[in-house]
Amino acid sequence: MQHLPILPILLPMLAGVFMLLPPLSYSIGRHRFFAVPLMVVLVAISALLLITSHQQGTQLYILGGWQPPFGITLVADRLSTMMVLLTSILGLGAQLYACAGDDNDGMYFHPLFMFQIMGVNGAFLTGDIFNLFVFFEILLIASYALLIHGGGKQKTKAAVHYVILNLVGSSIFLFALGILYGTIGSLNIADMAGKVRLLAEHDQALAKAGGLLLLVVFGLKAALLPLHFWLPRTYAAASAPVAALFAIMTKVGIYSIFRVHTVIFGEEAGALASIATPWLWPLALLTLVIGAIGVLASPNLRLTVANLVIISVGTLLLAIAMQRESATSAALYYMIHTTLVSGALFLLTDMISKQRGKAEDRYVIARRMKHGKFISVAFFIAALTVVGMPPLSGFVGKTLLLQAAQGMAEISWVWPTVLIAGLASLIAISRAGTTIFWRYTGESTVNEPIPPLKLIAVTLLLTASPLLVVFGGPITNYTNLAAEQLHDTTQSVDALLPGGYEQ
Amino acid sequence: MEAIYALCVGVLTTCGFFLVLRGRTFTVVMGLTLLSYAVNLFLFASGRLKLDGAAVLGQSTSYSDPLPQALVLTAIVIGFAMTAFVVILAMRSRADQGNDHVDGQIPAQPAKSPFSHKSPTSHKRSS
Repeated sequence: MQHLPILPILLPMLAGVFMLLPPLSYSIGRHRFFAVPLMVVLVAISALLLITSHQQGTQLYILGGWQPPFGITLVADRLSTMMVLLTSILGLGAQLYACAGDDNDGMYFHPLFMFQIMGVNGAFLTGDIFNLFVFFEILLIASYALLIHGGGKQKTKAAVHYVILNLVGSSIFLFALGILYGTIGSLNIADMAGKVRLLAEHDQALAKAGGLLLLVVFGLKAALLPLHFWLPRTYAAASAPVAALFAIMTKVGIYSIFRVHTVIFGEEAGALASIATPWLWPLALLTLVIGAIGVLASPNLRLTVANLVIISVGTLLLAIAMQRESATSAALYYMIHTTLVSGALFLLTDMISKQRGKAEDRYVIARRMKHGKFISVAFFIAALTVVGMPPLSGFVGKTLLLQAAQGMAEISWVWPTVLIAGLASLIAISRAGTTIFWRYTGESTVNEPIPPLKLIAVTLLLTASPLLVVFGGPITNYTNLAAEQLHDTTQSVDALLPGGYEQ
Repeated sequence: MEAIYALCVGVLTTCGFFLVLRGRTFTVVMGLTLLSYAVNLFLFASGRLKLDGAAVLGQSTSYSDPLPQALVLTAIVIGFAMTAFVVILAMRSRADQGNDHVDGQIPAQPAKSPFSHKSPTSHKRSS
């Protein structure tokens, strides 16, 4: 099984290519028949990879046999394999939902979906930041196409903004890479982490500029405060399964910030240690505040959910700003929870708006929904989870995070902001629930059945939340170990290079 | 040489950002193109500028860093693909919205100040 680390990239790529070729390309039925089992296989492979890297330590996959600082390496450690597994599970949920009919709106939904999964997995697994850029572009170009999949005025409008912003982001990414390569002289993450400590004094300012430019780029992907304006409209315009899959995209940004600003510019980077922290503190807090305001101000459920994503991003960024192992571990737990539940919420929103006829998901009084029972129970569970009420996973995640803030000077900022943002989302989501489920006039005229596949997809994503609580012990154990591995340079840097950096 | 090179990259970047911030999709696409040129030049220079330096060992006494050239090659390919995509998207948006503004609608003209005598000659677009 030495080739295990590359399979999460290779499999979706080959699958996407095969689906574009004749025997499969003719019918959507064949696409579905091919893509769903493949996604199940991908979940199994990701789980296997996670177990392998957990038990046997970090798996290095050296492409072409060029030894680490020079060639292209894939690094499958605890953090990246966890993210890959998360992507596969979310992808499976979104894909099952799409198979119920949304994939038939335009051409080639499933190949694009596979390319997007390939890009996301690649971004998580790669060991150097230039390939991080390449995989960013792969996942972005697939996401552009997925966003306008099915067409329509609203989608084109959102796509123009999204594409232009991300292209500017890509240019800035390359500028940052150029600066970092010019000063540090390497693009392998582990190698850079070793070399940045030994940087000459006249290069430090430039390297700092490069590092902060990277923060801008990842902040754009993650929807950090001044760069988050694209998110609500884009997510509201995309079709439901695509929006659900996009829930992992902000996490790619968060993950990259973890990699770059905890490993390369982490505590041991000498003069450049923690350069992002003074920026991250205020911006993360303001992101939370803006997300809370946005949640309260949203006129429909889709925008509410999109703003809930912004709140979760703010919470995660706070954890990064804390720069401690316990906070990172809490963030990883929270990340699993928030990705799956936001995916489920996007899918639920779509089911609700299909049942309400012309009222869609706006907060207006409409006719009663026909299949309200399942949807309302699912919505109730999802709402409890996303707001962070006990006993579900959102509560555990937030508690862990608040506990991690104990003993820091910034605790007087963190606790009130996180709790008030939670309160705001509780108010907003209660209002949404009461308007949609309790305030209605007359019986439904919409008679659209809910396909069982959609029920399965939503249930799959929602069961993650109780499971995260039931298996909270082993999962927090795992995130603790992953956080330790990320923060400990003997594991995240020296182990990945032949000579190590003992100086 | 370094000064001219840096000046070129700087001017290209400035013009690129200026054009990206304009309202019409055509200028924005032009801006993105200029930005990607600037980026490619910048990446190329990140391995230090050198005259007569071959990137292959043994071809010359002084050799230049081959890695930035590999990076630029990748960046050019990706940049082309993205430019092609954004051009098509701009055309699609022009067809869907009926105008080429990035926001999908041309903002209302601000009221003319009472001091200007000329009446504005507006070119109405048919869509």
